[in-house]
Amino acid sequence: MFSKILIANRGEIACRIIRTARRMGIATVAVYSDADARSPHVKLADEAVHIGPSPAAQSYLLPEKIIAACEQTGAEAVHPGYGFLSERASFVEALEAEGIAFIGPPPNAIAAMGDKIESKRLAAAAGVNVVPGFVGEIEDTEHAVRIAGEITYPVMMKASAGGGGKGMRLAWSEQDVREGFESVKREGLNSFGDDRVFIEKFIESPRHIEIQVLGDRHGNIVHLNERECSIQRRHQKVVEEAPSPFVTPEMRARMGAQAVALARAVGYHSAGTVELIVSGADPTGESFYFLEMNTRLQVEHPVTEAITGIDLVEQMIRVAAGEALPFTQEDIGIDGCAIENRVYAEDPYRGFLPSTGRLVRYQPPQNGEEQGYVRVDDGVTEGGEVSIFYDPMIAKLITWAPTRDEAADLQLQALDAFRIEGPGNNLHFLSALMQHPRFRAGELTTGFIAEEYSEGFTGAPASPELLRALAAMAGTIVTIDADRARRIAGQLNGPPAAPGDWQATIDGQDYLVSIEEDAITVDGEPVDIAFEYTPGERIIFAELDGAALTVQVAPRKLGYTLATRGFSRFVRTLNARYAALSAHMIEKEAPDLSRLLICPMPGLLVALHVAEGDAVEPGQPLATVEAMKMENILRAGKSGTIRRINASAGASLAVDAVILELD
Amino acid sequence: MSANIAEMERRRAAALLGGGQDRIDAQHKRGKLTARERVDVLLDAGSFEELDMYVEHNCTDFGMEAQTVPGDGVVTGSGTINGRLVFVYAQDFTVFGGSLSERHAQKICKIMDMALKVGAPVIGLSDSGGARIQEGVASLGGYAEVFQRNVLASGVVPQLSLIMGPCAGGAVYSPAMTDFIFMVKGTSYMFVTGPDVVKTVTNEVVTQEELGGATTHTTKTGVADLALDNDLEALVAARRFFDFLPLSNRSDLPERPTADPWDRIEDSLDTLVPDNPNHPYDMHELVRKVVDEGDFFEIQPDHAANIIIGFGRVEGRTVGVVANQPMVLAGCLDINSSKKAARFVRFCDCFNIPILTFVDVPGFLPGTAQEHNGIIKHGAKLLYAYAEATVPKITVITRKAYGGAYDVMASKHLRGDLNYAWPTAEIAVMGAKGAVEIIFRKDAGDPEKIAQRTKEYEERFANPFIAASKGFIDEVIHPHSTRRRIALGLRKLRHKQLENPWKKHGNPPL
Repeated sequence: MFSKILIANRGEIACRIIRTARRMGIATVAVYSDADARSPHVKLADEAVHIGPSPAAQSYLLPEKIIAACEQTGAEAVHPGYGFLSERASFVEALEAEGIAFIGPPPNAIAAMGDKIESKRLAAAAGVNVVPGFVGEIEDTEHAVRIAGEITYPVMMKASAGGGGKGMRLAWSEQDVREGFESVKREGLNSFGDDRVFIEKFIESPRHIEIQVLGDRHGNIVHLNERECSIQRRHQKVVEEAPSPFVTPEMRARMGAQAVALARAVGYHSAGTVELIVSGADPTGESFYFLEMNTRLQVEHPVTEAITGIDLVEQMIRVAAGEALPFTQEDIGIDGCAIENRVYAEDPYRGFLPSTGRLVRYQPPQNGEEQGYVRVDDGVTEGGEVSIFYDPMIAKLITWAPTRDEAADLQLQALDAFRIEGPGNNLHFLSALMQHPRFRAGELTTGFIAEEYSEGFTGAPASPELLRALAAMAGTIVTIDADRARRIAGQLNGPPAAPGDWQATIDGQDYLVSIEEDAITVDGEPVDIAFEYTPGERIIFAELDGAALTVQVAPRKLGYTLATRGFSRFVRTLNARYAALSAHMIEKEAPDLSRLLICPMPGLLVALHVAEGDAVEPGQPLATVEAMKMENILRAGKSGTIRRINASAGASLAVDAVILELD
Repeated sequence: MSANIAEMERRRAAALLGGGQDRIDAQHKRGKLTARERVDVLLDAGSFEELDMYVEHNCTDFGMEAQTVPGDGVVTGSGTINGRLVFVYAQDFTVFGGSLSERHAQKICKIMDMALKVGAPVIGLSDSGGARIQEGVASLGGYAEVFQRNVLASGVVPQLSLIMGPCAGGAVYSPAMTDFIFMVKGTSYMFVTGPDVVKTVTNEVVTQEELGGATTHTTKTGVADLALDNDLEALVAARRFFDFLPLSNRSDLPERPTADPWDRIEDSLDTLVPDNPNHPYDMHELVRKVVDEGDFFEIQPDHAANIIIGFGRVEGRTVGVVANQPMVLAGCLDINSSKKAARFVRFCDCFNIPILTFVDVPGFLPGTAQEHNGIIKHGAKLLYAYAEATVPKITVITRKAYGGAYDVMASKHLRGDLNYAWPTAEIAVMGAKGAVEIIFRKDAGDPEKIAQRTKEYEERFANPFIAASKGFIDEVIHPHSTRRRIALGLRKLRHKQLENPWKKHGNPPL
């Protein structure tokens, strides 16, 4: 076994690998860029080596820096994590040339599977079902249009070296191909240094189900069941679970056998994932097709660990050290259900635009459940930074419970207790997903988010009971705050009378909250809610009708913002004594912003598609902003003439910067 | 007897109706509350004791003798906010448009005199069309009587003005001399001469809102301290604000219970200052993580945002916070920020409120706009205010403290009681680059030498230890322990006694 390994990665995955290595008694070496000098993975590791400036292309993506760090520290092996160098065959070869072990698959398997065109040929040859598509290199847009026409729409255009949702674009028509093809090429070139693109048939009502495989250097290969990752946004996975509610034991056996056959065909060892696209419309479960094989540890591996009890990182390290797998296929079962939610720094209320910045407050939920457990895999701490240079994932929240519903319920509680201030985040959105009836029913497709949130996300719905509970809560909080204020020193005649009843207003609906000894009523009806609150607290653990309800509180000028179950609202609290006066207050109108093109996220202005004086139509592209390596086309919301342009191509833009003004 | 009581009840009911139901409805239609409604929201339930309810004007010209309304356009009296005494006047726009008559002024003066005698704050609610023209010079005299009392009360009892309607002409000078001004957006404005006169004299066309609305005065001019959305928000904000204020210059600091531990550690502050010295960070985070419960009442947030001022509490007791804001103009001092902070420091000093100063200041803003508008005298205001202040003064330098601005920001030399620095502090005459260009002018043509010299200068001066070695910094502290240090320091300084030499008054660079 190795005595010291280096983790060629950052963030949560580096921390997660270090923890397993430490448990195995292996010393760890972290590497870090300028931006990560204070990151937790650097503190957590036994040693840390600085490998360059913040952009990944000048640090984490440079094999020579990693090799130099190994030589400097005497690390015997490298775990690449996911992303960065994890699927670069030349890196593995370079390591091996220096006598450093790679904790991952053999380079020829990486090379074969890393090329989407080559991998499909191999999959088909190994007897794996494949999706119809064009296998070969595409010359230009015209060629792409021809091919797409032959396959028939809809088609998917993908950067050949792409992954993780980057460099992919769906085309429903020839115009989409013309608009998107060059952009996919560019993203491929920028993100992966490879501008080849391939096109394939897009399967409707598809589910994304993948098989985890694990092999050793002695010819043993097993599969560790499936994960379902159908809930995606722009092809970026958001929710993953194991097992899949769609997969039957027979289907699992067939899918597993094909995945193992493919792994065997390429001489695979270590952990890998065979991604399949499955038509949810076919209840027989026969319609599953090979999508690609990821020759690395996946982001969502913890759900597999949760249901199998196998530490995948440990097995990867043991395999790399030459050990044989300690189990066979028969030993692998399924215990309970696990769900993983990816907590991203993105704002679901503003079209999921990426968000960056300092984590002013970061308090992940505690694990305190009897039935099941909560696991948080993160690589940040309070006071840390979600940087513009890397992936915007803040943390992975994993829950395990005996049943799927219980695991989802645990997610809800954990999400409510997760406190993040600073960057925008998707906690509310995840909470909405976890209670969505269609999610609970297991009726998933990769279009789930696009279909269920076609008009964007405005928060989870709240039942009338929840609204009354929040009103009761706001009324109680304001009473306690007022009561503390009544205990100020220097009073004329002792504390003034208790403030009495309160009017709580949510979305224009008024609730009269009365607090008696041990009883809270809303509009005269009792609400069975119990909690403790001390002025200044920001999270309240309450019991509503005997069930746990966790609520986050933020004081505002005339009330509080309360957030729970993906529902966040300002609750105005007025003393009942003068609440009626609020009828005279006039709502101030917000300024009309529809004539301004506002930069929705911090980023680089790549291109301006219009000039001053141009007439534009709704939907016409106005500017392209690159953020998080994604090119976002900003379009005109209404027709008009460009009056003024305030920024030029190449400029770095702040969020809410006015790019141009329309007449 | 019962007939007498009935008569009193009848007169009282008539007085309470002010200018009558039609005018009350008109006031409501504008989104405004009446004077008595406002007082009711501002004060504790049932605590208001109205005085001079039956006062009427004494004007006999222009047929005014036929029109009298009890109260004469202003509601005055006293009551409590969370049990603490306050004197209040609220102009009643439904009576003669809230215009100020001799008697109206007399009523205001009466409660101000009482407030001054007993040592309790005054809150004025302005909603007035201006002088009672029919009374002529009597009305002007009334204004001046109020002004005189504003000045006498200044520094003795806190004075707060809520502008909740028009406030024009001479009337603006009473709020101007009070300590703080809150304005209601859309329904209040303040100017010396209104849009009509402006148009006649200068041909400028401007709306009331642009000329002197809440937004104008809380962003451009800094005349007002806070803009609120409506009457209710303004009155509730005033209650919250009042809880920070001592009742007078002879009163103790207000104190209220808190569960926030005095020694709360904030590990995240260790990474607040970015690695790159040219990157900004939000100083609000430090302020909120130091004060109790993160509760910071910021004033003038949108004017001269390169400096942050406001009230918080530590261990339940009020503190005044002054902090450079690196997010805006790199946190430099300029004319507006110096004026803004200077007046705040002087307020704190008047009322024995300890001052916490957080320093990250690269210097004074250069340029003709600053120099030609008198940055010398305006910058000196803040210097004067800090130097004059005898209240407990605790200073924490987080990063830059360069040049004269270092001296100004509650330095040890200005009788700072406890001057702390974070390890990231750089206390120097100027940044390394500028210093090297002056000291090593002869190497100017040699970029390699300059880089070497800059590095040397940084290593020597870009830290707090040179200053600490001279005793200018009392201790270099872990950022995460800032609240604990400050809370302990305030305890130690609670009985601080320091007096300036006797004088009639100083002569600050006004």
